[in-house]
Amino acid sequence: MKMDLIQPFINSADAVLSQGLSSTTKVGNLSMEEEGYRRKGVAGMVALSGDIEGRIILDLEPQTALRVASHYAGTALPESDELIKETIFELANQVVGNAVCALNDQGFHFRVHPPLLVTTEEVDKTSEDVEALVICFETSLGNVFMNVALHHNKRRMSDHAKVGA
Amino acid sequence: MEQFAPVKRSKDGQPIRYLIVDDSVFARKNLARMIESFGGQVAAEAGDGLTAISEFDRTHPDIVLMDITMPQMEGIEAAEKIVQAHPEARVVMVSSVGYQENIVAALQRGARHFVQKPVKPEVLYEVIKYVLGEDGAVATAAGAGV
Repeated sequence: MKMDLIQPFINSADAVLSQGLSSTTKVGNLSMEEEGYRRKGVAGMVALSGDIEGRIILDLEPQTALRVASHYAGTALPESDELIKETIFELANQVVGNAVCALNDQGFHFRVHPPLLVTTEEVDKTSEDVEALVICFETSLGNVFMNVALHHNKRRMSDHAKVGA
Repeated sequence: MEQFAPVKRSKDGQPIRYLIVDDSVFARKNLARMIESFGGQVAAEAGDGLTAISEFDRTHPDIVLMDITMPQMEGIEAAEKIVQAHPEARVVMVSSVGYQENIVAALQRGARHFVQKPVKPEVLYEVIKYVLGEDGAVATAAGAGV
């Protein structure tokens, strides 16, 4: 997977998290996903379709998700609160939305789909041309994991090339 | 959350009334808190474009804060329908998908402004004052501003 696809998502997550949590974040471990992705806690997935296709998963351990959601809510939330899931969804939306803006400026066009809750313990293994990268963001409230699996849509890119020719 | 000098309606000094449209409960709560810090009132909330249209007809808010990506009917289409029916409506798009195509499409179809998520309260506050123009007044410390 090309870094030029990944970098906007890293920059976006860094900006969204540091602004939202009012503290600096640090990009920690980066790892390639060899097998299926194992969910760590509360995970929201946003799919992209168009010139670039794939999905982004934002995944927080349950206690980190609770702390983050409570921070945004401005009050301590109970562990079972629906707002925890909603917070992770909205964060995933914001990370993807901001990254998509940067990629759109580079000429890529796509559609962002509404976020989905990842409920299975393990997400399907990605295919050879859709390797996934897992990035850990170290924040003051705990680690936030972002799983990025994207690939160029060769048919769409080729259509654009024909139009441009 | 930081408190801002309240923005009131010029004509009667009443709080600005808002319709918040977003499919995310989290985003709606977040915007509602900001609105309260601006001295405004939430007239209604909606989770999709279709509900937004009916809630606008029911409550006639001063400002609509409208997300773009939503189920049933997306925000730009809903904004267009509201403005077609109520040309005086002030719709501000609030979305994380703030690339140029979306911004231009929203403005062409009747939105007055665009705010990128994550929303910074100070940015939204300035946009609201700008969109209200002479119909809004910032109250002074003495409670004036009407």
